[in-house]
Amino acid sequence: MRNYVIAGNGAAAVGCIEGIRSIDRTGKITVISAEKHHVYSRPLISYYLEGKTDTERMRYRDAGFYERNGCEVLYGEKASGADPSAKTVTTDSGRIISYDAFCVATGSSPFVPPFEGLETVENRFSFMTLDDALEIEKKLCDTARVLIVGAGLIGLKCAEGIYGRVASITVCDLADRVLSSILDAECAGTVQNHLEKKGIRFMLGDSAVRFDGNTAYMKSGATVGFDILILAVGVRAKTALVKNAGGEVNRGIVVDERMKTSLDGIYAAGDCAEGNDISLGAKRVLAIMPNAYMQGYTAGVNMAGGDGVFDKAIPMNSIGFFGLHIMTAGTYEGEYSEVREGDSVKRFFVKEGYLKGFIIIGDTVRAGIYTSLIRNRVPLNTIDFESSKKTASSSVFSSEIRRQKFGGVV
Amino acid sequence: MKRVYVNEEWCLGCHLCEYNCAFANSGFRSITALRGKKIFPRIHVEGDDKITFAVSCRHCEDPICVKSCIAGAISKKDGVVCIERTKCVGCLTCVLVCPYGALAPGEDGAMQKCELCLNNTCGAPACVTGCPNRAIVYEERGEAE
Repeated sequence: MRNYVIAGNGAAAVGCIEGIRSIDRTGKITVISAEKHHVYSRPLISYYLEGKTDTERMRYRDAGFYERNGCEVLYGEKASGADPSAKTVTTDSGRIISYDAFCVATGSSPFVPPFEGLETVENRFSFMTLDDALEIEKKLCDTARVLIVGAGLIGLKCAEGIYGRVASITVCDLADRVLSSILDAECAGTVQNHLEKKGIRFMLGDSAVRFDGNTAYMKSGATVGFDILILAVGVRAKTALVKNAGGEVNRGIVVDERMKTSLDGIYAAGDCAEGNDISLGAKRVLAIMPNAYMQGYTAGVNMAGGDGVFDKAIPMNSIGFFGLHIMTAGTYEGEYSEVREGDSVKRFFVKEGYLKGFIIIGDTVRAGIYTSLIRNRVPLNTIDFESSKKTASSSVFSSEIRRQKFGGVV
Repeated sequence: MKRVYVNEEWCLGCHLCEYNCAFANSGFRSITALRGKKIFPRIHVEGDDKITFAVSCRHCEDPICVKSCIAGAISKKDGVVCIERTKCVGCLTCVLVCPYGALAPGEDGAMQKCELCLNNTCGAPACVTGCPNRAIVYEERGEAE
């Protein structure tokens, strides 16, 4: 009987468990979970604060998941070291676990810059885990002024989550625009306006340099008073296990299309891993949940002796703020075209006859058809792409292709 | 397993499937209750002046929506891709990944999709039953599994 060990207990770990079980029904799976929670949907912590879900519904898999899949979960333990030659993992409680295959699915940790005086701030939080959300919730009240450092996906989702439960929300970011990792300046402006209309205040191109109790001293010279500080500057892949064992690590743990690291018997998946982005044609950390699951599943299949390849990874995000939906995918390079309809904007990036990326704000209907053109590298000269820019539709394809899609098992 | 398949050359673009779908999942006693209401069907007629076709969930063998749902709300049960709507937070990630455009939000903002009328009182797809021209059929076709 094979022994599988997974460090981490998020979407990548679940993918890994389900991948292993698609091949091997009996091997032993040990999950090392630093967090003392049944696997939950991490991006749902903002929806939790917003009241759109609760800790029960946030479970990423049902209560019987681990038992049904024959997993032993070590809650509150962290994998502290791996020895690829002895094939053992050590935990911070001193436990030594043998493995035949090991998957590092440790995710990422919040990056906190060394702000001067940060230790003088009493109510300071990151916004990564359910525990963060539960702790923040205890401090929410209608007199609380909140300063969020970071106008990225995490910072803005946090703002939406606490909206209406606090007196004011100010978001600052060194970047000159919101969501700078996924939006260009103009689209970012649209989103920013939408959030400003709700009363959220932005200080962009500016950030805190020093804290003193409940005051932030900004780079611009401004001061911001606050009661709750949320640090959402960015995240860093947790790579130490592989790095310390001598494996190849860049920004993330370097993996191939089978999710193998450079160390024999060790795989990596999710936010800690750096795999190939086919829209970019290079490796990068794709810290998004669908990617985490699919990488995890692929790792699991291969760990169990199957033949799993994940060669369709692209960055993609679907995110909404107060009813305004944003979808982005791929890489923004090549020739660019735009379709506007009312308040809705679609931007497409085409290079060498292939759709490389898009940004959509507003009309997201059937946008997955566009995503599939990127993921499947569909040559645009084989379809009627022009006609589908306004509204995504399978009418872009020929009757023959549609017959395959809608007339057969897919 | 039986699925809904499209014969686009027979589709009249009449949208009856959309109404039959909305009614089947509405809980109303009579389809006339839908009159004048905006409907939220789980099948949608697409196309142009030359060709129309009705699209609903393909119940893929390897469904990317199941793998992508950030809430863990979509799963496959006996081959049918099902959504647990109370878990859905309306992030639309499934819309971003479904290559067929088969998922859309319901009236309440939570996503909905075709579950082949196996979870309502019809027991078989109402869209197919009501199609006047067999432009959609419910049958077994070549199964890889």
